[in-house]
Amino acid sequence: MILCIVEHDNGRLEDQSAEALTMARGMAGAAGVPLHAVIFGPGGDAVAAAIGEYGVSVLHLADSDALASYAPVAWARGVIAVVEAAPAEAVVASGTDRGNEVMATVGALAGLPMVANCIDVQPGDPYRLSRLRWAGSVVEDAELDSDGPRLFSVAPGSVVPAKADSAVTVETQPVPLSLSDADLAVRVLEHMVPEHDGASLVDSRVVVGGGRGVGSAEGFAVLDELAGLLGGAVGVSRAVTSLGWRPHRDQIGQTGVRIAPDLYIACGISGAIQHMVGCKSARRILAINSDADAPIMSKADYAVAGDLHVVLPALVDELRRITA
Amino acid sequence: MRVMVCIKRVPLVGGKVVLSPDGKEVDTKFLGFGISPHEECAVEEAVRLVERNGGSSTVVTLGPQSAVEQLQFAMSLGIDEAILIDSGDEEWGPMSTAAALASAVSEKVAEGAAPDLLLLGNEAPDSGDYQVGIRVATALGWPCVTGVKELDVSDGTAVARREHGSEMEMFSVSLPAVVTVKEGLNLPRYPSLPGRLRAKGKKIDQMKAERMAEGLTTLQLRLPAEDGRETELLGTGVDAVPRLIEVLRETGVLAR
Ligand SMILES: Cc1cc2nc3c(=O)[nH]c(=O)nc-3n(C[C@H](O)[C@H](O)[C@H](O)COP(=O)(O)OP(=O)(O)OC[C@H]3O[C@@H](n4cnc5c(N)ncnc54)[C@H](O)[C@@H]3O)c2cc1C
Ligand SMILES: Nc1ncnc2c1ncn2[C@@H]1O[C@H](COP(=O)(O)O)[C@@H](O)[C@H]1O
Repeated sequence: MILCIVEHDNGRLEDQSAEALTMARGMAGAAGVPLHAVIFGPGGDAVAAAIGEYGVSVLHLADSDALASYAPVAWARGVIAVVEAAPAEAVVASGTDRGNEVMATVGALAGLPMVANCIDVQPGDPYRLSRLRWAGSVVEDAELDSDGPRLFSVAPGSVVPAKADSAVTVETQPVPLSLSDADLAVRVLEHMVPEHDGASLVDSRVVVGGGRGVGSAEGFAVLDELAGLLGGAVGVSRAVTSLGWRPHRDQIGQTGVRIAPDLYIACGISGAIQHMVGCKSARRILAINSDADAPIMSKADYAVAGDLHVVLPALVDELRRITA
Repeated sequence: MRVMVCIKRVPLVGGKVVLSPDGKEVDTKFLGFGISPHEECAVEEAVRLVERNGGSSTVVTLGPQSAVEQLQFAMSLGIDEAILIDSGDEEWGPMSTAAALASAVSEKVAEGAAPDLLLLGNEAPDSGDYQVGIRVATALGWPCVTGVKELDVSDGTAVARREHGSEMEMFSVSLPAVVTVKEGLNLPRYPSLPGRLRAKGKKIDQMKAERMAEGLTTLQLRLPAEDGRETELLGTGVDAVPRLIEVLRETGVLAR
């Protein structure tokens, strides 16, 4: 069988788990083996119905009091207990923080390789796979030999979630799991809502981006003004956060947030690949840069050559006139 | 308090990635090298913890001899000592890397200089394996918290917070522990000139380790299909404003 680790939020299937289930079903089909899933914590049984639509025939449910809050080692022990009872040729998780963490822990405990951020996996001997490296700027094609179950995580957004042609009746089985204190030493003790609202940048339809070319923290006033007029948010490059002009939570890119607005207006940003991976899902990109040869000028849909401190005030004036 | 930090020498790619002619690796001929932003924060955190609590900090890397450059960078920021585990010129996988790093920690333990805390990045920027910290922790039998953005260490305990969706989740583990961090944990300082000079004079401990077969064989690297955006030049300077307004309308951002 092929086992998929499924994450849920109080019984609602996480989007990225739907992606992982879709890839895992494709693998199970190619290998001619059944698809199983494992779920942790209370509310898991509510997912059983949803999971049948993805072709899962057996749901392994680990639902003890000890698992009420997330604990990576305990989850990994649960996965190992499942594959010991029902041999799996592969285990698939979504490439979320938790998915990667649990899979890496399974790999570490079992002494098996684990391959992160796969976009395609073909069962066989050996398994063939493609995975993202360099935050998605490079694809690696590789072969995997393993003495035990092959462990994969699925790169978020690389698979279009699709239900099976016909839903399967799901048989639910409890996971035989006895946990030690050490297995629960790392577990979530508390949830907090941060004081700042980090959602606005990720959810905005328009994002005005500022880079080193903005010149100073004060220089952002005109970007804030433009974002205000358009009902959008301001994001920045790493150069800006490193200089302390803006907090890191505003950073777009490989080590910041990933955005997908209708329009991204990048001002004074050169277009390093680590920045572009954070905004490549924008429907349209508009670059304003004083250097007509800056890399971003050929990566954008629209380009304006010029000093942002000249172009943006003129644009803001015109917008005020139109919307007055 | 003793803190150890693991950093990895990686090429710093700028506007675009160029692959070697055989498609097996990234062409680094024209590139500089550095460490990831996550690891810069790990180094900064180690320096701050020792500034606050006393003790000492050690930086360790598995890499080629040229990785001395990255060790000196970390020492220029205030790390006390450095260990280089020689990997030769080959790229090691995450299992071998973790085993080598764990043996460097074990050596410190054997010398009676056991670290209280081991800091790593959440993921390396090049390989993006998301696992070395967890494997090192498992080998040592220490707890591991990953992806940490806020860290408080006191009285033999590390309280760590990380993002989960729109919330923060909190973990508390007893030391010794492994913590992997993400950029945003702190704002790293820049190296000072005296710091750089001091770092150049410091000795670097050399170690050897064994590379193992890991099951994963790279066949080739390739660049993903281009986004295929065609660039329209809207104009130069303020002359572009009329067309800019049109674009705001065309993209649905401006209703009127
Ligand atoms: C592992 C790793 C992860 C990284 N993660 C991220 C990340 O998450 N996000 C990120 O952004 N970066 C990231 N970086 C850094 C990235 O490589 C670049 O260094 C960074 O994006 C550069 O920021 P910038 O474009 O603002 O600055 P620069 O590259 O210095 O570009 C400034 C631009 O402004 C233009 N300019 C100057 N003055 C003006 C003016 N008056 N008007 C208009 N234009 C002007 C210049 O022509 C230039 O193109 C990462 C790097 C590494 C190695
Ligand atoms: N060769 C290496 N030398 C030292 N530390 C490393 C090395 N490779 C990975 N690491 C550490 O492990 C983290 C996660 O790497 P990875 O699991 O490969 O994505 C990195 O951010 C580093 O802190």
